[in-house]
Amino acid sequence: MAYSEKVLDHFKNPRNVGVLDKDSKNVGTGLVGAPECGDVMRLQIEVDESTGTIRDAKFKTFGCGSAIASSSLATEWLKGKSLDDAAGIDNMDIVEELALPPVKIHCSVLAEDAIKAAISDYRKKNGIAETTTA
Amino acid sequence: MNKHRLIYLDNNATTPCDPRVVEAMVPYFFEKHGNAASRSHQFGWEAEDAVDYAREQIAQLLDVDDKEVIFTSGATESNNLAIKGVFEMYARKGNHIITVETEHKAVLDTCKHLEKAGAEITYLKVQEDGLVSLTDLEAAIKPNTILVSIMWANNETGVIQPMREIATICEKHGVLFHSDATQAVGKIKTHPREVGIHLMSFSAHKMYGPKGVGGLYVSRKNPRVKVTAQIDGGGHERGMRSGTLNVPGIVGFGKAAEIARKEMDQDAERLSKLRDRLQAELTKLEETKVNGNEGSRMPHVTNISFKHVEGEGLMMTFNQNIAVSSGSACTSASLEPSYVLVGMGLGDDLAHSSIRFSLGRFTTEEDVEDAIKLVSTGVNHMRDLSPIWEMYKDGVDLSKIEWAAH
Repeated sequence: MAYSEKVLDHFKNPRNVGVLDKDSKNVGTGLVGAPECGDVMRLQIEVDESTGTIRDAKFKTFGCGSAIASSSLATEWLKGKSLDDAAGIDNMDIVEELALPPVKIHCSVLAEDAIKAAISDYRKKNGIAETTTA
Repeated sequence: MNKHRLIYLDNNATTPCDPRVVEAMVPYFFEKHGNAASRSHQFGWEAEDAVDYAREQIAQLLDVDDKEVIFTSGATESNNLAIKGVFEMYARKGNHIITVETEHKAVLDTCKHLEKAGAEITYLKVQEDGLVSLTDLEAAIKPNTILVSIMWANNETGVIQPMREIATICEKHGVLFHSDATQAVGKIKTHPREVGIHLMSFSAHKMYGPKGVGGLYVSRKNPRVKVTAQIDGGGHERGMRSGTLNVPGIVGFGKAAEIARKEMDQDAERLSKLRDRLQAELTKLEETKVNGNEGSRMPHVTNISFKHVEGEGLMMTFNQNIAVSSGSACTSASLEPSYVLVGMGLGDDLAHSSIRFSLGRFTTEEDVEDAIKLVSTGVNHMRDLSPIWEMYKDGVDLSKIEWAAH
């Protein structure tokens, strides 16, 4: 299977690899997947409390090239977004942007889950009620 | 990653066709294009002579009678013919077949197919080192057992099963013994008659011959084994496999067998040194595990798990430079990791983290040195990206985390 140029680019030059202080009040962490399934993503967001937007995002991923590219792309998209906009990121947007083949769609689903988990963690920490995003 | 030379370390998938083999084949496409079954003219006789000669070359490699070699389209067909053919031919004797969980799909899926046709199949488990337990094997034999099918060497790990001991057990109980020897023939000594194997499958393209041609050894004396044909037609190959013979392919197969007979010992000695060097250097990385019994293994294969790194991702770091295979699910259409490694008791996580390196006749010392550097760099890079490697380094007990399986 050949990878798309965009997957290769994110794989070779992953954006925003790293770690944020998970104990910090304005950091939300999402850890999804399982080693047995061959994919684990940890995605973190740092929220600017004054504006309610995502100031920074970091990830680390155990997985195939598409999983790494999906999470790398997600961190790029998250920066500067409001929490509600971030929660609106759909896995199919990632599939489209990276031209993922059908067998790799689960990688994008995992990235969407990681985004939602990070937002939910941040909101829980700060006592903000979940807003429903359709 | 500066070189654009592609290093091929996937010889268990297929081997390059030896140029000497290609040279032998060429005349049989045009000048000597005859059908080996045409008995009435020079073209046919010439083709028939070429096939006879190749059959003899293969018989010499296997130390069997040339009449015991049946040509097929490859080892998958040979396995189908051996197992289905015995099941049908010996139906009156019984319907029970014993095989092993870590066999190739060509054996396992054939057995599954036969289950629908009324066969009773026992799938033996293997031990952690990949070897089948002889006690388990003997205990599984019943009065209605007609066949034991156990591979000579495993494609993913290179683990060599105890062929003589298995043959002794089969002999003692009067059960036929078939072996899928695809990964072993032409690389190590494989003499079925001497060992006590009654049917043996093998393939040209795993031993520097062409794709699309294989063989099945069928014992003709002590015992005389018969199989029911699975492809009906003109009655070629003593009625066991109809269809016009692939003359150029068979000529190449014969040549490959001749070269293997002369060179396999020196190839094996050279490759085992290179393999040992590769394995020794790669297992200097932290948290690695060699999969399969190292004392009973093909000389050119090593299968290594690099913990907390996913195999396909790892391969992507160096696949512009090195060709290998992974036990990771992501390389195949299914999302399940290698059933061979899982069958050996490896957790799914370690199976996802495994890479198979299979060297071959054309692998050089330089290839191995470059592979050591590229793979080591790749593993370190992927670990820098891996959240579970970070957790492991921070002393987090990964088994205590509640992972959300997906």
